[in-house]
Amino acid sequence: MSDNEMDTQGAGVRRTVWRSVAALVGMFAFAFALVPLYDVFCRVTGINGKVDTNAQALVHDNMDESRMVTVQFITRNGSGLPWRLDVETRQVRIHPGQTSEVNFTFNNQSGAESWGRAVPSVSPSTATRHVRKASCFCFEEQRLEAGERLELPLVFQLDRDLPPEINTVTLVYTLYPVDGKQAPLQAAAKTIEGDEA
Amino acid sequence: MRTLLVWLAGGLSLVGSSQAALASGWNMPVGVTDLSREIYNLHMVIFWICVVIGVVVFGVMFYSLIRHRHSKGAKAANFHENTTVEVIWTAVPLLILVGMAIPATATLQKIYDPSDAELDVMVTGQQWRWRYEYLGEDVAFNSSMATPRAQIRGDEDRGINYLLEVDEPLVLPINRKVRFLFTSDDVIHAWWVPDLAVKQDTIPGFISENWVNINEPGIYRGQCAELCGVDHAFMPIVVHAMEEDEFETWLAERKEMAAEEALGVDREWELDELMERGEGVYGSICASCHQPEGQGSPPAFPALAGNEQLLSDIDWHKDTIINGVSGTAMPSFRTTLNPVELAAVITYTRNAWGNDTGDAVQPADIAEQLER
Amino acid sequence: MAPKVPPQPTLEQSSTAAEAGHGHAHEAPPKGLMRWLLTTNHKEIGSLYLIFSLVMFFIGGIFALVVRLELFQPGLQFVNPEFFNQMTTMHGLIMVFAAVMPAFTGLANWMIPLQIGAPDMALPRLNNFSFWLLPVAFGLLLSTLFMPGGGPNFGWTFYAPLSTTYAPPSTTFFILALHIAGISSILGAINIVATILNMRAPGMRMMDMPLFVWTWLITGFLLIAVMPVLAGVVTMMLMDINFGTSFFNAAGGGDPVLFQHLFWFFGHPEVYIMILPAFGIVSAIIPAFARKRLFGYASMVYATAAIALLSFMVWGHHMFAVGMPLVGQLFFMYATMLIAVPTGVKVFNWIATLFQGSISFEPPMLFALAFVVLFTIGGFSGLMLAIAPADFQYHDTYFVVAHFHYVLVPGAIFAIMAGVYFWLPKWTGHYPHERLSQWHFWLSVIGVNLTFFPMHFSGLAGMPRRIPDYALQFADFNMVSSLGAFLFGFSQLLFVAVVILCVRGGKKAPAAAWGDYADDLEWSVPSPAPLHTFETPPNYQRPAH
Repeated sequence: MSDNEMDTQGAGVRRTVWRSVAALVGMFAFAFALVPLYDVFCRVTGINGKVDTNAQALVHDNMDESRMVTVQFITRNGSGLPWRLDVETRQVRIHPGQTSEVNFTFNNQSGAESWGRAVPSVSPSTATRHVRKASCFCFEEQRLEAGERLELPLVFQLDRDLPPEINTVTLVYTLYPVDGKQAPLQAAAKTIEGDEA
Repeated sequence: MRTLLVWLAGGLSLVGSSQAALASGWNMPVGVTDLSREIYNLHMVIFWICVVIGVVVFGVMFYSLIRHRHSKGAKAANFHENTTVEVIWTAVPLLILVGMAIPATATLQKIYDPSDAELDVMVTGQQWRWRYEYLGEDVAFNSSMATPRAQIRGDEDRGINYLLEVDEPLVLPINRKVRFLFTSDDVIHAWWVPDLAVKQDTIPGFISENWVNINEPGIYRGQCAELCGVDHAFMPIVVHAMEEDEFETWLAERKEMAAEEALGVDREWELDELMERGEGVYGSICASCHQPEGQGSPPAFPALAGNEQLLSDIDWHKDTIINGVSGTAMPSFRTTLNPVELAAVITYTRNAWGNDTGDAVQPADIAEQLER
Repeated sequence: MAPKVPPQPTLEQSSTAAEAGHGHAHEAPPKGLMRWLLTTNHKEIGSLYLIFSLVMFFIGGIFALVVRLELFQPGLQFVNPEFFNQMTTMHGLIMVFAAVMPAFTGLANWMIPLQIGAPDMALPRLNNFSFWLLPVAFGLLLSTLFMPGGGPNFGWTFYAPLSTTYAPPSTTFFILALHIAGISSILGAINIVATILNMRAPGMRMMDMPLFVWTWLITGFLLIAVMPVLAGVVTMMLMDINFGTSFFNAAGGGDPVLFQHLFWFFGHPEVYIMILPAFGIVSAIIPAFARKRLFGYASMVYATAAIALLSFMVWGHHMFAVGMPLVGQLFFMYATMLIAVPTGVKVFNWIATLFQGSISFEPPMLFALAFVVLFTIGGFSGLMLAIAPADFQYHDTYFVVAHFHYVLVPGAIFAIMAGVYFWLPKWTGHYPHERLSQWHFWLSVIGVNLTFFPMHFSGLAGMPRRIPDYALQFADFNMVSSLGAFLFGFSQLLFVAVVILCVRGGKKAPAAAWGDYADDLEWSVPSPAPLHTFETPPNYQRPAH
């Protein structure tokens, strides 16, 4: 084999290697890019009952009075948070396009301040993108003083284009602690205030 | 050897009268819902299509292997491509697949029917039991495996429903659409009852739904189908389907029981009483991780017997059981157990296996803490 | 028909090439252990890969036998559920990442340069490095079994949060081991792709390459595309476990289902990484012993490429029970069913090659024929699993276990063994012991079917996978499976015996050991193949048949 051929072969190998490395880096980045992409994809398609964590504008004057939909509310407790989450009503019946407000009560039963988050989920998943929340405690983490009781509203409506076969929509909120935001030492000092409150 | 014979005999009867043999534990159960029957039929259609294709393909193959043997002096032909043949064996399978996809799509669409249900049951997977809540009915209970560990170890004879029996079956009415909402408290489980043709993953923090409409009363058994840790094999599902009026009676009884239990909260409980009740709760809920003698299996599941923190800090003890520990397998029992059960199990773990604190935790105190 | 290159010039090449002095390869090699540690020779590295994978095959096999021993009867007799879970997990991880994948890489190292007329791999030193990463990775993985809390116990699919929040403390080491093994596969894949694309003998076009080379080229692309995704997934796990992120933790706003999407985006192509090279091996063996050219070479290449492309679009069929929307279920169902078409084309091509051939049944052929039949059975159950509504009943049962063991054991592993029997004369200069090979074959075939066929029934009857104890109605099936597993496991000792005997002696093999229709370039060099071959590239001549 002449030197010339060797050189072209070596250049070819180098080219293949660099392309492969570029593909590798690309695919590794792609795996991480899939995390936000998946979120977007879920929101668009409603997979897994993932809901938008940003407030959405309500649409007025667009109520479909010919149709009633049952909206159920379920609250659940994840482990590790001494809170109770209650909802004032188990279910409401509303028209698509109708704005509805439901109050949820957060109750810190411990003697310490803590942070929690209510993680939302919707079923059936095809209804997810038709739930329009103008205000929800689930958009952000909550902080409760020792013994504090907090009432927070969920303001929402269902789109008029909610698929016609859907008659029941279930909204579930699961309470989880927010790690790393607990301040046990300060909390101990605040216990007395909390009890007084 | 006997087993082998049974197996061979079964194999022969499979060839002989497939339907009869298949109905006896060799095949997918036909089930007791319209959909389970449809899925069974779909399964059988595709199975037979595969059998026919297999017979043709392997027929040609074995014909060649027998007829075109080198040792019999076969001379090899010289062809190595034929566009017509290749187009045919690409197109024909494609058509067969379309033929399979049509009924499969139709069945799938029926499974995804979101029409209204008459009863909503929330199914929660938890290491390693199921919790059923009849939404809007104030009836909820845990369902743990009832097979004693002694049977698993082989110290006792195994019963007919070995590993497929629970303390509290899920009771459902027949001829009514029942909607299930699935979720989990810890890892992913899967709720599966073959006779109902429902298998759905339960995912922590998320909810998914499915439904059944059972045609026949009976007891249907299933198991958790997604690896969920040590006792994955030991969280069976039992569904007791009954006539509608029978179901209504059962539901009313459950509500009454719950009310009676609630009355018990207010009275003063003796230590012995709490210990007795607590032992039962511990056995069905706690023992799978913390072990029957409280010795635990560290590092995942700490020992309770002689646990310093438990013995010295009763508030921490209560808090851990009521609220669980984030990021570990210790769930919150706030809603899973009622105040009496909570008080009893706390009392039990504070006094059993040499943990002689003498503390008797009163249900009323626990109830007060939960309502605070 | 003559081999594609006359053997005579090849012999000359080695001497002329030695005089031309192509650098490092010709200095006196270090002796003893250092020779193997430092070797950059593709044949030696290929042998290292194959020996490593054989050792791991036995370790993974012992784990499987522990599982089958416990499942021999209902009840818990030998191990506790915790250890049982570690055994199922380790069995899967070792077999996939340490036995099957390195075996194919070993075959590629040995045979691809020989089949394309290249003197060595494109990057010989990198080749050495990628091999020696493997013992490190799997030494680390196996050591987790002795750590407090035990080794990985969450299944080889390691679904979060069981593998993150609820995992044993050794999980960090498991992640590290997977990273190292992943880097090894990636480097191996880059090397193979670079070799195939750049080092072919003058005159050899892409469409002249043997199918083993083609299937490995496509496998190489798959590895480069999906191993980084696996690396990404385990990195996210590592961050969730150690750095407080919440990729897969619902409590922190993450999503456990995301793990499954990412894992199977890697995992399904991974399945084809383990079967495409097998197609290549079988496509070389069947024509050799049917004494007839392979039917439909071009369609074989296209079918392989089609399977590889489709493999990126079907990951959702592992997740039918998760609760996807109808549209998603339908998409993944249709895409999965489509894979049956190119796979069918391959099977039909093999059978058309056999048809009107002149067939003899040497050991490589026996394994290749068993591959065609049993892999096709695995394909049928795969087609059944693709049907989403029926999959609700099959999913996570022993039916699935039967399916993937049919495509991996009498599929991938039989193809590897067929390849070993086929190329042993080239490696050692001797034919494998005929009678012993036949015993190995028949015991393996019987063992495999006894083990895995009853699993179809136990799965359909309702037995979930990954359970250490089961209800009484599954007892008979499990007993048969366990007996079969022990038969299969112990008969692999015969395989070791055949290989050792073959290395030590036996009937001498000529250069073209398997006659006129095993006519790729490797059969033009002497048997055993000298350490250095094709230092001067051969002039490739297209076959005349």
